Amino acid sequence: MKAAAKKWIKFIASAVIVVVTLSLLQMLLMPKYSVDGPVEGAFVAEYYGEVKDHDVIFVGDCEVYENFSPIVLWRDYGINSYIRGSADQYIYQSYYLLEDTLRYETPKVVVFNVQALDPKREAEAKEAYNRMSIDGMKWSPAKIGAINSSMLEDEQFLDYVFPILRYHSRWSELDKTDFEYMFKSEKVSHNGYLMKVGVKPAENVPEGKPLHDYKFTEKARKHLDMMVELCEKNGIKLLLIKAPSLYPYWYPEYDQQVAQYAKEHNLTYINFLDETIQAETGIDYTKDTYDAGLHMNVEGAEKLSEWLGKYLTENMGLTDRRGEAELAACWEDKIAFYEADKKAKYEEYEKNIEAN
Amino acid sequence: MLFTSYEFLGFCAVLLLLYYIIPKKAQWPLLLVASYAFYFIAGPQFIPFIAATTLTVYLTARVMQSIADKQSAFLKAHKEELSKEEKKIFKDKQKRKKLFWFVLCLLLNLGILATVKYANFFIGNINSALISFGSKSVLSFVNVIVPLGISFYTFQSIGYLIDVYRGTVTAEKNVFKYALFVSFFPQLVQGPIGRYGQMSETLYTPHKFDSKQVGFGLERVLWGYFKKLVIADRLFVAVSTMIGDPSTYNGAYSIVIMLFYTVQLYADFTGGIDITIGLAEAMGIRLSENFDRPYFSKSLKEYWRRWHISMCSWFRDYLFYPVSVSKPMQKLTKFTKKVFGNNVGKRIPVYLSTAIVWFSTGIWHGASWNFIVWGMANFAVLMISEEFEPLYKKFNDRFKFTKSFPYTLFRVVRTFALVCALNLFDCYVSIATTGKIFFSAFGARNYHVLFDGSLLNLGLTSLDYIILLGGVLLMLTVSLLQRKGSVREQIFRLPYPVRFALYYGLFLIIILMGAYGIGYDASQFIYNQF
Repeated sequence: MKAAAKKWIKFIASAVIVVVTLSLLQMLLMPKYSVDGPVEGAFVAEYYGEVKDHDVIFVGDCEVYENFSPIVLWRDYGINSYIRGSADQYIYQSYYLLEDTLRYETPKVVVFNVQALDPKREAEAKEAYNRMSIDGMKWSPAKIGAINSSMLEDEQFLDYVFPILRYHSRWSELDKTDFEYMFKSEKVSHNGYLMKVGVKPAENVPEGKPLHDYKFTEKARKHLDMMVELCEKNGIKLLLIKAPSLYPYWYPEYDQQVAQYAKEHNLTYINFLDETIQAETGIDYTKDTYDAGLHMNVEGAEKLSEWLGKYLTENMGLTDRRGEAELAACWEDKIAFYEADKKAKYEEYEKNIEAN
Repeated sequence: MLFTSYEFLGFCAVLLLLYYIIPKKAQWPLLLVASYAFYFIAGPQFIPFIAATTLTVYLTARVMQSIADKQSAFLKAHKEELSKEEKKIFKDKQKRKKLFWFVLCLLLNLGILATVKYANFFIGNINSALISFGSKSVLSFVNVIVPLGISFYTFQSIGYLIDVYRGTVTAEKNVFKYALFVSFFPQLVQGPIGRYGQMSETLYTPHKFDSKQVGFGLERVLWGYFKKLVIADRLFVAVSTMIGDPSTYNGAYSIVIMLFYTVQLYADFTGGIDITIGLAEAMGIRLSENFDRPYFSKSLKEYWRRWHISMCSWFRDYLFYPVSVSKPMQKLTKFTKKVFGNNVGKRIPVYLSTAIVWFSTGIWHGASWNFIVWGMANFAVLMISEEFEPLYKKFNDRFKFTKSFPYTLFRVVRTFALVCALNLFDCYVSIATTGKIFFSAFGARNYHVLFDGSLLNLGLTSLDYIILLGGVLLMLTVSLLQRKGSVREQIFRLPYPVRFALYYGLFLIIILMGAYGIGYDASQFIYNQF
């Protein structure tokens, strides 16, 4: 009896040591997106720390998380929104991030950026972007779906379950931030919005080269259908948008397919590249972009958000919630953080200009 | 399903669990199901090949056994009535019957092996000959699949067939048991080539869960993964870079290629065999050892007694001996003795038999001339050593220093260098390239690359080299400790916390420093390809 108990104690102690050390090592070896390198990898996880009572959820890639500011939507229209964006987010990832979001809340409107349907992007999918979209997700059937739909040929499901197997060789490149941010992370976005300042005018944006095939892939269409169905099932209005990014090139053939799809499914599709809408938003590609037309700077994002806030209020039946004391208090902090971040980024930008 | 894949680990974990949960009688049938499942996952199209070999060899063995049994029964029943001459005539008749079935089955299975593995090699050679004779038409290559582990399971089956023919083992009655012997999945892809007499002792018997035995087995599996993932697959990066570009990597690099490849081959093959034997051991099944610290050999002859033991002993028992005592060889011996005298004449047939063995060993490794030349180069070195043996003996008897440690070390290093050089034939399909690379090492003008950091451009960082050095030193230490007996037994005697720290430390080294996953080009085990 005593010997058996001793055996069990040994077994349990060994198991605890194994689990604890492996967990710690995993935390140490995981990339610290919130401090170093691409902060975009931190967005997905940040959402879970929010009060989940949003009117609008955006899903998509940098064309949403750099082009729309939820702060403006709240400040000027009282719309409580969040961007569930990630770098190079593919349609199937947008779908599963939406499914994941619906585990916590049911927004009134979902805004989906159709750039995620680009077949060229799907063909050039990269593991690093999969990781940035998926690693931060909490475990749920949605995460499993996201993994299964995103995995490239040389990826393994188990590497997502135990990321230490993926990042095992990072031990040779660890630095002090890896230790510092092992147990904590810093907020890097404003409700999913990544603020960028500075101006780099869009000049000589090249037209896209002719493609062999412009059709969206079966996989993309299937996930778009799933998204439509999911929104219908939950009574959510789905708004399709094409953000005003000049590159990657948005082919007219793509646009026709989306317009046709929207028509067939009775959805609204707004193409911000359309000259009339562009005039209405007031976007000026010589001033409102920080990277030559790929993404908006904060001024551009605020202009777009102003337009969208008005549109959502007038056409999607969203009401002003600034009167809700608790929510307003929460947003007050967010606005303060936003303004402070904006100020700091401008100061740094100006310093850089002076230095150059 | 590679041994290094997560699927394989999961497969083994589930199997091991089931193995000790189910009734003991069902253990070997479970292994049969698992082995066929493993083979099915590797490629359903391979199943007919292994099934054909299994059935033909099983049935032939049964027929031969039946003939032998009837012969014994007949002779026993007519012991008194038959004269010695009549008994001999009867035995010869039965032997011819057995031989007929034996040869038929042998040809069938060697035919399958030759067709799937060597058909295009033969066609390629015929085409070269046709072209050299001015022919404008050539034969087309055939599109054939090479079933996983065909060389291993065919040889294992032929070994069994010969044993039954010789009467050294009794033919297995149960076709499913025999099917397990042929398909036992841990050894299916890279050996060791099992002998029925030895394997059947533990393969079919029920096994109780024995924590020490399971622990020992898993320890060996862990050690195998260490060698494969931390050392072999890390070296693979540099070796494949150099081999892939012979115009850049020659001269001093040749030395690096020979050294790295020889270490990679050792870590890869012994690592794979450790996983195989360890896994079998965890299930209570004893497989034959395939290595006995080969790089400590003092001569090439000794090396081939300690490297890939199961293959070498197979060729010795099933090819060398039968060829040596065959009638044509006996006739040749008589002839050579007559022509060259007793001393030289008796050696010629032995060398001829040895040459046949090395030619076969070469072609067994792969259907290309580089392997054949590799085999014949080994033969040449062994033959020359044999011829000089009396001289060595005189030299060793005369000089005392030949018994000293430094001289022994010199012999070990010399043998290692020789093995490194011979292994170069493995690296390049073209023999001309092998020759160029080998000879470029002498008098090269780029020896500086060994010291000026050029080795850091082979896909390995300085940290990788440190890990490799540490790994090789650890392998060396373990090999030295093995001289005092089983290292696992030595570790087992240590207090539990120390043991745990050792095993868990090794596990963490594999997890953190293993060359696996995205960013590393996973290489399959080198011997899987044979």
